[in-house]
Amino acid sequence: MATLQTIEMELNMGPQHPSTHGVIRFILRTDGEVIAECKPDVGYLHRSIEKIAELCTYNGFMPYTDRVDYVAAMFANECWASACEKLMDVPVPKRASYLRVLSCELNRISSHMIALGAMAQDVGAVTPFLWALREREHINDFIEELCGARLTFNYHRIGGVSFDMPKGWRDKVLRWLDDFEPAMEEFDRLITLNDIYVKRLADVAVITAEEAKDFGLVGPNLRGSGVKWDLRRADSYSVYPELEFDIPIGTGEMGTTGDCWDRFWVRCQECRESAKILRQALDKIDEHPEDDIVGKLPKKMKPQGEAYARVESARGDMGCYVVGRGGAEAYRARFRTGSFTAMGIIEAKSPGLFVADLVALIASLDVVAPEIDR
Amino acid sequence: MKTEEIHQTLTARLGDAIGALHAETIDPWIEVQATAIVDVTRVCKEDPALRFDFLSSLCGVDAGDSIFVVYHLYSYALRHSTVLKVKVPKDTPVTRSVTGVWRGADWFEREAYDLFGVRFEGHPDLRRILLPDDWEGHPLRKEYVFPSHYGGIDNTRDYNI
Repeated sequence: MATLQTIEMELNMGPQHPSTHGVIRFILRTDGEVIAECKPDVGYLHRSIEKIAELCTYNGFMPYTDRVDYVAAMFANECWASACEKLMDVPVPKRASYLRVLSCELNRISSHMIALGAMAQDVGAVTPFLWALREREHINDFIEELCGARLTFNYHRIGGVSFDMPKGWRDKVLRWLDDFEPAMEEFDRLITLNDIYVKRLADVAVITAEEAKDFGLVGPNLRGSGVKWDLRRADSYSVYPELEFDIPIGTGEMGTTGDCWDRFWVRCQECRESAKILRQALDKIDEHPEDDIVGKLPKKMKPQGEAYARVESARGDMGCYVVGRGGAEAYRARFRTGSFTAMGIIEAKSPGLFVADLVALIASLDVVAPEIDR
Repeated sequence: MKTEEIHQTLTARLGDAIGALHAETIDPWIEVQATAIVDVTRVCKEDPALRFDFLSSLCGVDAGDSIFVVYHLYSYALRHSTVLKVKVPKDTPVTRSVTGVWRGADWFEREAYDLFGVRFEGHPDLRRILLPDDWEGHPLRKEYVFPSHYGGIDNTRDYNI
């Protein structure tokens, strides 16, 4: 019997495709539904943030860092502030560090809510997205009360933060946490442990621990592959050594370690850990005097030298490399972001996947287009 | 392990390929010859005392008439970090690709090529990544002049209208 002839076809996915999480394009070569080759094409959201940094003062660049990753802007704020603090040897008061932890962990939850909701939606479940966004909405309100903005926060400052928490804020957050923790259980029943969802994602696009390290995956993507490593523990920056929390990792509970479900699961667990951190931080922040929120800054911010600072962002180890040459502006600023390296693995992992599974892979890596392109 | 000890370890294994140690900066760094960068990074990754299994960042920095390619390395296993720098002249910015050591270097090197024009020999697919393929020049170089046109379209504004 003659075998059926198949022709490979070229398929253009994006740049305006709802499941590519922003303006990203993939050029696929497929044999029917099976991908033979996938070439990501990025850069549509390139705004030359690193070049802009060379034209702004150190403090003046802070609002631009919001745009590095606008789903989790707090981390780029913190990263830029830490790099400048390291460069200029600026101390950060304890209270400011706690406010940073609070703002960042709230932002981590809200960013993970987008990641989890969008991933469920990408593979066909619409309801979880609305549930997740409900929680994110509360967090946006809290952050708005903290700094006046809901998306591009511009909250952190070199040496501290811009505002202390308002009156009654702590109780509001605590009340919301009382609702949020059971809501995560509900969320798990709704989608995470849902049979259809598990079967859809288990054993899909497995990334081994070796591959994850080799490609420079960071954060939940790295931990999803079973590597127990978190910068908040490994580097003990800020006040994280004073806080208790676990590092959730993927264990292959539903399939193989490092599959799409593991990455989803790690993010669910991280939300719970962040909630734990928030409770402790809200408890401990008053050990430090009110309104002591900015450290002593140098009279002139014209540093000489270079520094590389890292923070654990919602999308993993974010690095900022800043070089000063005695001017009021940075000579060079560079952001190393989790989404950029996560995109790098897609070309290697996609041959053999179904087109629909590529959507699951992209969603499970939680790439955010502005963070890739900067 | 401190960068001073890393420098000693590397010098003991590779000799002249390892340049000076710059310990006076906040993050001490080691200068490496462009021709030796692949060997050096491979030793960095495989030596049991170093084990740099994570290429944290790779980027370019303009240094007047030359460009520094800066490698930030980190070891998950041993939890130490270091910085390597390769200096390449601006008119012939050629170095070797480390994609064979860490596959994650692929996109970083494309980015450095795009924004600084550094060519990485041995890179499997060295083309622009963030900017369009027909872009002229490498914007993060200090001598770069902002273009007034793109694709025949004027992008300057006349505010006197």
